[in-house]
Amino acid sequence: MAKIVDARGLACPQPVILTRDALKETKEVITIVDNETARANVTRLAEKTGATVKVEQKEDGIYLHITQELTAHAEPSPSAAGAPAGGPLVLVIPSEIMGRGDEELGNILIRGFFHTLGEVEPLPDKIIFFNSGVKLVIENSPVLEDLQALAARGVEILACGTCLGHYGLTEQVAVGEVSNMYTIAETLLGAGRVVSL
Amino acid sequence: MRPLKEIFHEADYPDLLVGLEVADDAAVYRINDEVAIIQTTDFFTPIVDDPYAYGAIAAANAMSDVYAMGGQVVLALNIAAFPADMDEAIIRAILRGGAEKVKEAGGVIAGGHTIDDEEPKYGLAVMGIVHPDRIATKGGARPGDVLLLTKPLGVGIITTAFKADAAEQAHVEAATRSMMQLNKYAAEAMQGGEFHAATDITGFSLLGHAYEMAEKSGARLRFRFDDLPFHPGAKEYAELLLFPGGANRNQAAYEQHVRFAPRLQYEMQLLLFTPETSGGLLIAMPPGEVEGFLARCAERGQKAWLVGDVVAGAGIEVL
Repeated sequence: MAKIVDARGLACPQPVILTRDALKETKEVITIVDNETARANVTRLAEKTGATVKVEQKEDGIYLHITQELTAHAEPSPSAAGAPAGGPLVLVIPSEIMGRGDEELGNILIRGFFHTLGEVEPLPDKIIFFNSGVKLVIENSPVLEDLQALAARGVEILACGTCLGHYGLTEQVAVGEVSNMYTIAETLLGAGRVVSL
Repeated sequence: MRPLKEIFHEADYPDLLVGLEVADDAAVYRINDEVAIIQTTDFFTPIVDDPYAYGAIAAANAMSDVYAMGGQVVLALNIAAFPADMDEAIIRAILRGGAEKVKEAGGVIAGGHTIDDEEPKYGLAVMGIVHPDRIATKGGARPGDVLLLTKPLGVGIITTAFKADAAEQAHVEAATRSMMQLNKYAAEAMQGGEFHAATDITGFSLLGHAYEMAEKSGARLRFRFDDLPFHPGAKEYAELLLFPGGANRNQAAYEQHVRFAPRLQYEMQLLLFTPETSGGLLIAMPPGEVEGFLARCAERGQKAWLVGDVVAGAGIEVL
């Protein structure tokens, strides 16, 4: 049987607190609220404990059917959806094109990728460019504007110094900072999650 | 404000420097070329258990508007409402808390008015003064300026968690001390150098008040989340969703003007929309002024944090 928490008429944060207490006792809770704020905050709290929430709008209130499916009492985690728990999200770019195969297609894809990156979540905390990937951080790079926008939003951009030297591009870096293998290795090992293209 | 604007027309009051058409933290009225008076009032219901602290917080909060205009406090009157059967000792403690704050501010309480009411209320009507050329409005921030904040954020969520019996005593005590702190020292430090705009952070939250500054200045304010100072416990209670209803109301009112970095999730966004009480000053100044400002703050035991900058555009960005 689901435990019913009638939080109608109660100001925030009472609906949240009553729901949290109920979820400590049972895996199924129906919280009834009467405003959008309470709905948003109770739903968010429930989802953070690993529960699913079904919203039912009735005439006398908003019924939130909360079910904890996983092991009960998952502690609310400060990093809920998406963001890695342990450390920064690091994106690795080893090439100036996206994917193997047709080079022209790879060029189009990499442009599309960096353009889209600014519009999806979570934003990476750091992006590491190496091998021919460093050609994306220099003047005249097809993705320079997108990278500059990401940098302005706090994304740390690191380009491999050895690779820049190899291609003779060290003087042309237009975004981010020139980095070394020590920093790159440390960044990769300290990452919460590494995504490589 | 709308009914006022229908009755009073700004053009008829050339000495009203700040008030009707350009509403700000307080009204400012020019007496002569050397002196303008600042007039403001604020009062509220108890937000902490200790009556002395409540009185001091209500007074610091009411006087804060004078400091947000760059002024100094001269004269105050008590505004109070107490239940008829309320313990005399508690009333005395509230009034003493307020009076000692006004004394610290360098002003004097010269009277006031009290009525019977079921729920206690206390605050001040305050008069301050400022040089007409040194008024700190919300409207002067310019691209290239940097933003400084003079108190940590989070007292709103901490006092809400406290009311729900979910706050640690140490967190409540730190928040209480912060709310009791006068913005006098920050205002003095600001007046020691050049500044472009200032406001105090109260019920409309950091982002609500910052948006007013952005709008009136015709510029965009950018905050770096990691540089924003928070009281201990504030982020913790935010993760537990212990927000007061006012946080969501501020969010609904202002979120269309705010762009957050995607990594900032619901809780941290809402924390920046949570109402503050007796919060610090948010000051826009040229970057070259920061060193001197921080030095003058340090001389007065006042803390300050560099939290962002001003760029061309509109609205707010939190990176």
